[in-house]
Amino acid sequence: MPAVQETVDQVRSLDVDQYKYGFFTEIETDKAPKGLTEDTVRFISAKKNEPEWMLEWRLEAFRRWQTMREPDWARVSYPPIDYQDLYYYSAPKRPSQLSIDDIDPEILATYEKLGIPLRERDALLGIESGATKVAVDAVFDSVSVATTFKEELARAGVIFMPISEAVREHPELVRKYLGSVVPVTDNYFATLNSAVFSDGSFVYVPKGVRCPMELSTYFRINERNTGQFERTLIIADEGAYVSYLEGCTAPMRDENQLHAAVVELVALDDAEIKYSTVQNWYPGDKDGKGGIYNFVTKRGDCRGDRSKISWTQVETGSAITWKYPSCILRGDDSQGEFYSIAISNGRQQVDSGTKMIHLGKNTSSRIISKGIAAGYSDNTYRGLVSAHRKATGARNFTNCDSLLIGDKCGAHTVPYIESKNSSAQFEHEATTSKISDDQLFYCRQRGLDPEEATALIVNGFVKDVLQQLPMEFAVEAQKLIAVSLEGSVG
Amino acid sequence: MNADIRPIRTPAEQAILASLGTVPEGGDRLADLRRAAARSFEENGLPHRRVEEWKYTDLRALMREAVPVAGTAAVAEAEARARLLRGVEARRIVIANGAVVPELSDLADLEQGLVVTTFSAAVAAGDEALSRLGGIVPSRYDASLALNTALAKDGVVITVAPGARIERPVHVAHVFAGASAAAMYTRSLVVVGAGAALTYAESFEGPDGLAYQANAATEFVVGDEAHLDVVRLQEDGASAFHLATLLFDVGRDSQVHTFTFSLGASVARTSLYATLSGADSHVGFNGASLLKGRQHADTTLYVDHQVPGCESRELFKHVLDDASRGVFQGKIVVRQAAQKTDGRMMSRALVLGDEAEMDNKPELEIFADDVQCGHGATCGAIDDELLFYLRARGIPMKEAQSLLVQAFVGEAIETVEHEGLREALIERAESWLAARA
Repeated sequence: MPAVQETVDQVRSLDVDQYKYGFFTEIETDKAPKGLTEDTVRFISAKKNEPEWMLEWRLEAFRRWQTMREPDWARVSYPPIDYQDLYYYSAPKRPSQLSIDDIDPEILATYEKLGIPLRERDALLGIESGATKVAVDAVFDSVSVATTFKEELARAGVIFMPISEAVREHPELVRKYLGSVVPVTDNYFATLNSAVFSDGSFVYVPKGVRCPMELSTYFRINERNTGQFERTLIIADEGAYVSYLEGCTAPMRDENQLHAAVVELVALDDAEIKYSTVQNWYPGDKDGKGGIYNFVTKRGDCRGDRSKISWTQVETGSAITWKYPSCILRGDDSQGEFYSIAISNGRQQVDSGTKMIHLGKNTSSRIISKGIAAGYSDNTYRGLVSAHRKATGARNFTNCDSLLIGDKCGAHTVPYIESKNSSAQFEHEATTSKISDDQLFYCRQRGLDPEEATALIVNGFVKDVLQQLPMEFAVEAQKLIAVSLEGSVG
Repeated sequence: MNADIRPIRTPAEQAILASLGTVPEGGDRLADLRRAAARSFEENGLPHRRVEEWKYTDLRALMREAVPVAGTAAVAEAEARARLLRGVEARRIVIANGAVVPELSDLADLEQGLVVTTFSAAVAAGDEALSRLGGIVPSRYDASLALNTALAKDGVVITVAPGARIERPVHVAHVFAGASAAAMYTRSLVVVGAGAALTYAESFEGPDGLAYQANAATEFVVGDEAHLDVVRLQEDGASAFHLATLLFDVGRDSQVHTFTFSLGASVARTSLYATLSGADSHVGFNGASLLKGRQHADTTLYVDHQVPGCESRELFKHVLDDASRGVFQGKIVVRQAAQKTDGRMMSRALVLGDEAEMDNKPELEIFADDVQCGHGATCGAIDDELLFYLRARGIPMKEAQSLLVQAFVGEAIETVEHEGLREALIERAESWLAARA
């Protein structure tokens, strides 16, 4: 069992503090004044040299946001957020996105420490040692600092660039699709994001192109008191395929930081988008002090016939997670998938799940959710599966299992299943249990200590989801799971 | 959604509020309960779709008008109307237009240990049993229960002494026997002592075409090592409004089984609240709804495991024809102390009508780790392969469908322990199917 051994070694090598990405990089930054007013929105827009229509779009969102109320239906609790006590824009001083050598060496070092190679030659060296090539867009606080393999992707016709750049260079695409999946007025956090989003990735895969490599974005919050509001827009034109990975970390701080992102996916006829996330924001310390508030709106629109969108997520970080990656199955014969592992420990609160909205004919969806709660945490699965009047032949299979480790945590399941079509077939099952004594006994009898045994059993529990992740991610996710559960046994 | 706007009161709410001005008299404790309930209705009004528990049954929109409280029914009229479960050998009590009809009720020759009185008589006499009333309080405001508490005039109060095992079921038959639409509120209380046993049935019926409203609440207090079976058959008239609340407080080592069968009313909501407050009990909440036309039936269940070692089983079946709508919301809560809980909930729907709709919301809320809990929900049309199998053997389409529906509902009805009642329910299901064909 080398993987398990590796996990266990990894756990051992850690100090008391389990979060290994908790360091802070000292760099000079350029910030917007604290607080949120129309001027902040104008400041961000000006910083990005945005066209007039973009500014108007933002301002409209901002005005709308001022009239909205924060949602309170999720099973999470936190003190009120003072939106005027945040920085909405923070960027490293040195000009970025010119060439790799212009990037502040501190930032490069940061990404190296995180294991994300931004120098293409480093990545290329990786190829020789057998790893696959991955193009990375690195977002540091509010701006994208580097995007690798742009030329190679451009040769295949794939556009992969920071969204702020895309607004200038491909306004026709951005204008057509931005806000078409998650409307400006969708919800409180999405509207806030629409007003102040600073960066994120933009991907366009043209007709019939299979993206030659995996694309990824690595988000890093560094600055104190800063909210990160990224916006990702991925469009797969007819018959295209793209696999996209997302990773996130942040320094350890006593105060809570806000991360309100919006991700929009559009799949046209016969297109397929695979979106994988390993979310490892700082979860706060063992008493629940600090950590990221992760309030994210992710939605995919299977706009074309026979299109497919697949979400895979491994959620181990964040003090609070509020996230429901969804699929709108608009095209006939379209497919939606959601695979999730959500782990909560310490005082973490997770309220996550998905929505599968069947609109087209013969659409199908599949939901596999594995929740693991340990320590004093609360882990909620909240999901909606609905078939509209015209969704003839809609099919859904849902399976959500929860595992409880310790008697101070909670696991909850809140599914909504709404069928308005008689030919729709929906199946839903959910279970909650703890690691059985029999399983533990079996492992321990063979010489594994309780922690190793738990890691092994948990890895078995989440196997169905791990299999969906790209290989490198799966290995990382497996390690992360063991780390997240550190201290939960015994 | 942006600001706290106090909604304008609907005509129905205004009318109900006006009737609350005349809260019926009662003992001190009861009067307090009634006033508190009236106040909470005044504050919250009828629930709408933004109230999570009523998300799929928007009472504010569905209950367009309030009707006056029903007057006394003629005995002959009540007798003619009370037809359900007549073939079952049972002690029968008839409640017409919300009041017990003594002439039709079998209140004499009670078995040893059994006490049956009317709610109004118990209130007048200051009956000791009434101190148990209002003992089970839903965690969230329930409009239907609040109105019942404020306005209920009559009902039955049944007490089974410790150790008494009552063989003959008690059947409370509710009928609406008025000539114009009216509202009736009934409140019943069933106290089953330690080690006692009782089978309790209630039925609801009334004429089609009258938009009368029935609001019935029954509280069950089940002692240690007791045994209670509840069968509920709702066949209110096709235009009626039916609101029901069943509340259970279950003691240690006891057995409680319920079956709620909904066939009637244009809008029906049945809420069940169960608190498991004694360890090692076994409860089973089962039910079925057979709906057609534009009927709407909602079953909402809340099972609260507060103590260790209890087992709960829930099985609900919906058969939806035409443009009917079925709603099932079930929630199993397992508190931190409730280790070794074993809970399973299953909701299945068979959709026959093209415009029918099913909304399922099975929830788990778990705070204890050493538990086995699960739920399942399915929804779909009749399996083509099963139909094919039957048709290949020469069975016509309609008949094949009927057989499959019967088997589907039968699985739930089979859980009813009392043979006579079980047979009667199967007969009701068959006649529903026959009317369909």
